Order: sequence, then C-alpha cells, then structure tokens
Amino acid sequence: MARKSPEVNAGSMADIAFLLLIFFLVTTTIETDSGINRKLPPMDEIIDPPVIKERNIFTVVVNKNNMILVEEKLMDLSDVRSSAVKFLDNGGGVGEEECTYCEGEKDRSSSDNPEKAIISLKNDRETDYKVYISVQNELVAAYNELRDREFTKKFPNDRMTFVEANKMYSDPRTSVKVKTSLKPKLDEIKKMFPQKLSEAEPNKK
Amino acid sequence: MSKFKKKKGGELPAISTASLPDIVFMLLFFFMVATVMRDNTLMVDNKLPAADQVQKLDKKDRVIYIYAGKPSSRYKTKYGNQAKIQLNDKFSVVSDVGAYVLAERATKREELQNVLTTALKVDGETNMGLISDIKQELRKVNALKINYTTRIGNYSQNY
Repeated sequence: MARKSPEVNAGSMADIAFLLLIFFLVTTTIETDSGINRKLPPMDEIIDPPVIKERNIFTVVVNKNNMILVEEKLMDLSDVRSSAVKFLDNGGGVGEEECTYCEGEKDRSSSDNPEKAIISLKNDRETDYKVYISVQNELVAAYNELRDREFTKKFPNDRMTFVEANKMYSDPRTSVKVKTSLKPKLDEIKKMFPQKLSEAEPNKK
Repeated sequence: MSKFKKKKGGELPAISTASLPDIVFMLLFFFMVATVMRDNTLMVDNKLPAADQVQKLDKKDRVIYIYAGKPSSRYKTKYGNQAKIQLNDKFSVVSDVGAYVLAERATKREELQNVLTTALKVDGETNMGLISDIKQELRKVNALKINYTTRIGNYSQNY
C-alpha cells in the first residue's frame, strides 16, 4: 500500500525568491542607451571642395576655455539655439533659391535657404566634451524645432510633432502600415530642413 | 443549514502568506527581464553629459561600445590622471581603436556588419582632443555611424 508522501514545506520559498531578487537588484545596472546620432564624413579627401558662400555658413567655435563663438561673436549657450534657428530659417535667397516655407527675416547677408545652409562646428583640442555635447544638442534642437514646425503645419491631422513621429517610426513596435505611411512624410520634412552639421577637425596646435 | 453556520467568533485568522513567493517571483522576473547585464566592467569614470535631443540607440547586437574618461580611483595610481580609452576591459591607446572596431565588426553577423553604430560613452570632463582622435580612427576604418551616448536631461546639468 502506497503511503501518502508528506507535503513539502514551502515556507522558505519566499526567502529563496527574495534572495534571488536582491541579487538581481544589486548586480544589474540599467544601461543608458540613447544619445545624439551623428555620421562622420568618409576619409577619402575631396579633391575639389565645392565653393560655399560665406553667408550660407554658420560658424560655431568652442575654444579651449569653453567659450562659444557664434559667427565670430561671443555668445551664451542659451542663445545658440535661437540664433541657429534664425540662420536656418532666414531664406534670403531670391528667384530659384527662394525658400517658400521659411518664416525668417529674409536677410540678404544670411543663408539663402535651409537646403544650402550649413552649420560648421569647430572645437579646440582642450574643449570639454560636455560643453561640446551641449552645443551639439542645441544645434540639433534648432533643426528639430524647425522640423517640428513644418511637420505640424503640413500634416496637422497626425497630431504629433516631427520628433514624435520619428520616434514612432524607429520604434520596433510600430506596425508596418503606420511606418510606410510615416516614411514619406518624414523624408519630406527632412528634405526641407536637411541636417547639414559639419564637425570640423580641431585646430592643430 | 450549513450555509448559515455561525462563524467562529473571537480571534482573527492568520493572513495566508502562501502567495508571497508568487509575488516575489513576479518581481524577480520583472527585474531579470528589464535589466541589461553590463558586458564589461568600467575602469574609467563615466559620468555622461546630459542632452535632450536624443535618439534611442539601435539594438544591442548592432552597437560597438567605446568608453573613455579618466581612470577610476582604483586605477589612478597605476594609470595616472589622464583620460584614457577603454576597449573591452582594458586600457588602450588611440591607435588600437581601428583594430578593435574591425575585430568587433568581424564577430557580428554578416547582415549586420553594414549597419553597426559605434557608441562613444565618454566622460563629460574629457578633452575633445581624445574624441577627435577616436573619430579620426573611426573614419579610417569606415565606421561612420556614431552615437554620442548621453544622459537625458537639460544641458544646464552639464555645468
């Protein structure tokens, strides 16, 4: 006759689980996995660099004392974004180079249109990385601000900004259908305000 | 009728703790799934700068990490106070970066080799000279997609 086996005492199960839980809590660190994406220029030298008009270049220099020079004038970091927006959105070109969607001042001495406007960011070898990132952040923010504006103007029915749409597009959970409908919209806005941000090589001492 | 049996008055019944393990296990599984194990131990200070215009990094198998910063206090006596590059658990010099990226690229699946991103996890206090050198090395091996990994926050936190 088979005897009934005694039940296993599960009272210590909670303790064991707690032990494991605490182990995982202590050993794991949540990794930061976001940042500013950039693309480096390819190595091969361009033999014949295209001629770019001075007015289409917005120079930002961060010197070794972490001071920011925008168009050869000293500027506070908090003003960088607005002046970059002003430069990109200027639309001073006439005729073929006219920018129909720009809302800027149409100053002839500033950029012709956003497609031609280039932001050149230069730094010294002794510049702090965090300052450099802050400046980059502000410049990307300027682009995002303008792209947001155009996106909400062009596609008001989507009820979101360019940044949100872009985030949705790169989210793997978004369905293919939504993605294919977003892609042309995003591309159109990216074409209106292309991110032409050049990171020059630092000054050699 | 048994349905209306009078309840035994007096003392409260003890709260059953039988479901406690289940609750704890649930928490445990949550943490196991939600956290990512660090591949390599950090040997450099790594206080990332803050930025708010960030994009999410690609999936982990498409990313090559490069750390840089001042050696952390444990290694200070041995390696000094100058900012250094850390590749896979050891300190390296700039000229190793290219070889490292190529070696890492070779370990990835073939269809991913063209879409790799190099994530630069650099301490905020580092000089840009080191980063420029890394960037030059990356350009040499044609690893052009980079990501300056940052914390999410306002730039004013950087000062």
